[in-house]
Amino acid sequence: MKVKVIVTLKNGVLDPQGKAIQQTLNGMAFNNVSEVRQGKYFDIEVNESDEGKAKFQVEEMCKKLLANLVIEDYNIL
Amino acid sequence: MKSSVIIFPGSNCDRDMDVALKKFGFQNQMIWHNDIKIPKSDLIVLPGGFSYGDYLRCGSIAGKSKIIKSVIDFANSGGLVLGICNGFQILTETGLLPGILLQNKYLNFICKNVFVKIKNKENKYFKKIKKEVLELHIAHNEGNYFCSKDELKSIEDNGQIAVTYCDHEGNDDEKNNPNGALKNIAGIFNKDKNILGMMPHPERMIDPFLSGEDGSLFFENLIESL
Repeated sequence: MKVKVIVTLKNGVLDPQGKAIQQTLNGMAFNNVSEVRQGKYFDIEVNESDEGKAKFQVEEMCKKLLANLVIEDYNIL
Repeated sequence: MKSSVIIFPGSNCDRDMDVALKKFGFQNQMIWHNDIKIPKSDLIVLPGGFSYGDYLRCGSIAGKSKIIKSVIDFANSGGLVLGICNGFQILTETGLLPGILLQNKYLNFICKNVFVKIKNKENKYFKKIKKEVLELHIAHNEGNYFCSKDELKSIEDNGQIAVTYCDHEGNDDEKNNPNGALKNIAGIFNKDKNILGMMPHPERMIDPFLSGEDGSLFFENLIESL
């Protein structure tokens, strides 16, 4: 089954790329954009039919590799 | 004294490090990332570069490579492990050093000479260096050191800050911070001071005709201290 994960920067962690994107959007006349935070999206195909087991495994993957918990949070969709 | 430099796909300062270590008397060997064992060494170096193309996060894939378990075991048994630039990033990703290196504050790749202040000499890496300020080279896109407030307090309390960015007189204030690093941190130790990670490249400063000599002071001290 496919498991989807979004990894985002924690609040308070500087995101210069997000800032640059926000400023560019403002420059393109999207004046009402006040903040952009950039994150990562993962589509993970796990050979496992039990959803609970698959998500448990993906959670381990998030903790060990996909996210660095010093600066990032993960959300398994 | 025997040293081992680990080569990851994308490392590009491994040979410079090899030249530097040999120049100052180390018997150096190059170790491939897919190996499992590291031959007997007094020092292991994780060199600079772009291991695994900086995929996912800088140093994250190298931090899970085959050779890393041996590096962690060596470090945990008190062995000297030095990570320069990408090597520093790898050390934080393995958890051997606290914190992480974020993208530079102003989104620019910085490649220039900087001054760093030695903050702690009670360790093998800086013990006999007489100078307080060294001129070294940096070349990185992710050198913006970050950690939680609690971690920062613990790093400061334990004397784990190794070097900070400063001017030629040793003023390590915000004005002399090239990349936004917390407290101008350019390098840190683990609690036991046997592991050092730093962004500046001492191996690029070992020839007065090409660059400078302050890197020589670093390697001379290292071989004497071991």
